[in-house]
Amino acid sequence: MSFAYHRAESLAEALAVLAEHPGRVTPLAGGQSLLPDLRAGRTRAEVLLDIGRVPELSFVEDRGDHIAIGAATRHHELAASGLLAARLPALRAAAAAIGDPQVRHMGTIGGSLAYADPAADLAVAALALDARVVLDGPGGRRVLPFEGFARARGSTVIAPGELLVEVRVPAPAVPAAWSYRKFSRDALEWAVVAVLAVAGETTRVALSGMGPTVVRAGETEAALARGDGAEASAALADAGTAPPDDVRASGGYRRHLARVLTRRALEEIGVETAGRGVAP
Amino acid sequence: MSEPPGRTRLTVTLTVNGSRQVADVEAGTTLLGHLRDGLGLTAANHGCDTTSCGACTVLLDGRSVKSCTVLAAQADGREVVTAEGLAADDRPHPVQESFREHHALQCGYCTPGMVLAAVSLLREQPDAGEREVRCGLRGNLCRCTGYHNIIRAVLAVAARGGPDSAVKGDRDADGLRAGSEHRLS
Ligand SMILES: Cc1cc2nc3c(=O)[nH]c(=O)nc-3n(C[C@H](O)[C@H](O)[C@H](O)COP(=O)(O)OP(=O)(O)OC[C@H]3O[C@@H](n4cnc5c(N)ncnc54)[C@H](O)[C@@H]3O)c2cc1C
Ligand code: FES
Ligand code: FES
Repeated sequence: MSFAYHRAESLAEALAVLAEHPGRVTPLAGGQSLLPDLRAGRTRAEVLLDIGRVPELSFVEDRGDHIAIGAATRHHELAASGLLAARLPALRAAAAAIGDPQVRHMGTIGGSLAYADPAADLAVAALALDARVVLDGPGGRRVLPFEGFARARGSTVIAPGELLVEVRVPAPAVPAAWSYRKFSRDALEWAVVAVLAVAGETTRVALSGMGPTVVRAGETEAALARGDGAEASAALADAGTAPPDDVRASGGYRRHLARVLTRRALEEIGVETAGRGVAP
Repeated sequence: MSEPPGRTRLTVTLTVNGSRQVADVEAGTTLLGHLRDGLGLTAANHGCDTTSCGACTVLLDGRSVKSCTVLAAQADGREVVTAEGLAADDRPHPVQESFREHHALQCGYCTPGMVLAAVSLLREQPDAGEREVRCGLRGNLCRCTGYHNIIRAVLAVAARGGPDSAVKGDRDADGLRAGSEHRLS
């Protein structure tokens, strides 16, 4: 691996370096995706800017109607956070479901979202929980909905010279009912398909492993809004998705998983199997 | 336009098993490579080199990491513990002792990483049960034992009150209890 390395000691320094050399400097957070990619020659870098120890990027903070999380906060810190356990248990569970302890001790939420793997646990959680992301860079700060942040596998709206600095997740006073169902092989923990269902005025259902980015199960959400039951709503979970055939599973199998996992998740958050007005 | 900062060779200072080690390394040198080739500490094994097997597991500031996927530069200024540094006063660490008692190794290739993963796990969850232990060691592969004796060895240490009863700390770090929430039965 041939590159130069520089460790940023502050957020201001990291932003200045990135802004001055857009395209030549690659942020390094936990390195749990970037280093394997560099090693395998799947990507190249000229200068790695280590943001893993920037103090201003590592926090989990209660801001009343939302919880704010610094981009360089480790998966382990989220999994161990008492604040998340109380206010956003679904996000905590998603962080705890990542890989293995070694990966969670290094990997960060910002790195996971920026890496934009459509199977990522924190990405499906950010989508189902309607998170916003805060980007900072030469053009100033911008706050965007997480929905639309990933454009394709490995590609996001982060502009050259920009850094993902914070993730904001709405947190109602009493956590909504939720269910996270992740289907994976035991030893390699990336999801084949996972679903996170979150109850609310409108129930949100997000899926991983069903296309080039994490996606909402739009038809399922619409069916639930009409009062359909878990069975009928979940049968639409894969509608409009384009699941890949790959080394982990065929597209057809993924569609099956999406429907089954969604039904189980909906039942777990209290959606009746048959729904309103439908004979059982 | 000025050149971006950053060096291709840098000086890295680590505290390894309690002793300060200063060395010049390539920016791309992994912590594993530095420990083995630079410092001559060969307990951490070079297994898959792709973050999959856990044979290279060491403690970084007390927490398990796969040293094939950490740059030596990322560990600069931090504390590293390898299997060479676990024993105190020539007495094996309780987890090492328990591995011996329970016959938790055969060829021994996975053992240094397995032991350190177990130490890290038990510090986070001194009262870990079987499920927590199984999930907590999922980053470490063993080709020989079939895992049963490894699980027994780790559970025996948990039953005695943790890896080093003085170290408590984040008991809530239960990646694993949550594991049971999301796994399908
Ligand atoms: C064995 C193994 C198993 C895994 N299993 C899972 C799993 O089950 N589920 C899961 O979700 N993930 C899994 N992962 C991936 C893990 O979650 C990584 O931590 C994550 O994908 C990347 O986070 P990182 O902090 O390590 O980022 P890095 O590897 O450092 O960076 C990843 C990318 O993001 C960019 N980047 C990082 N931070 C920022 C930022 N703040 N702003 C802009 N760009 C940034 C980097 O430049 C790079 O392109 C696994 C990884 C391994 C090695
Ligand atoms: S050598 Fe590091 S995980 Fe296999
Ligand atoms: S004892 Fe041989 S690999 Fe575990």
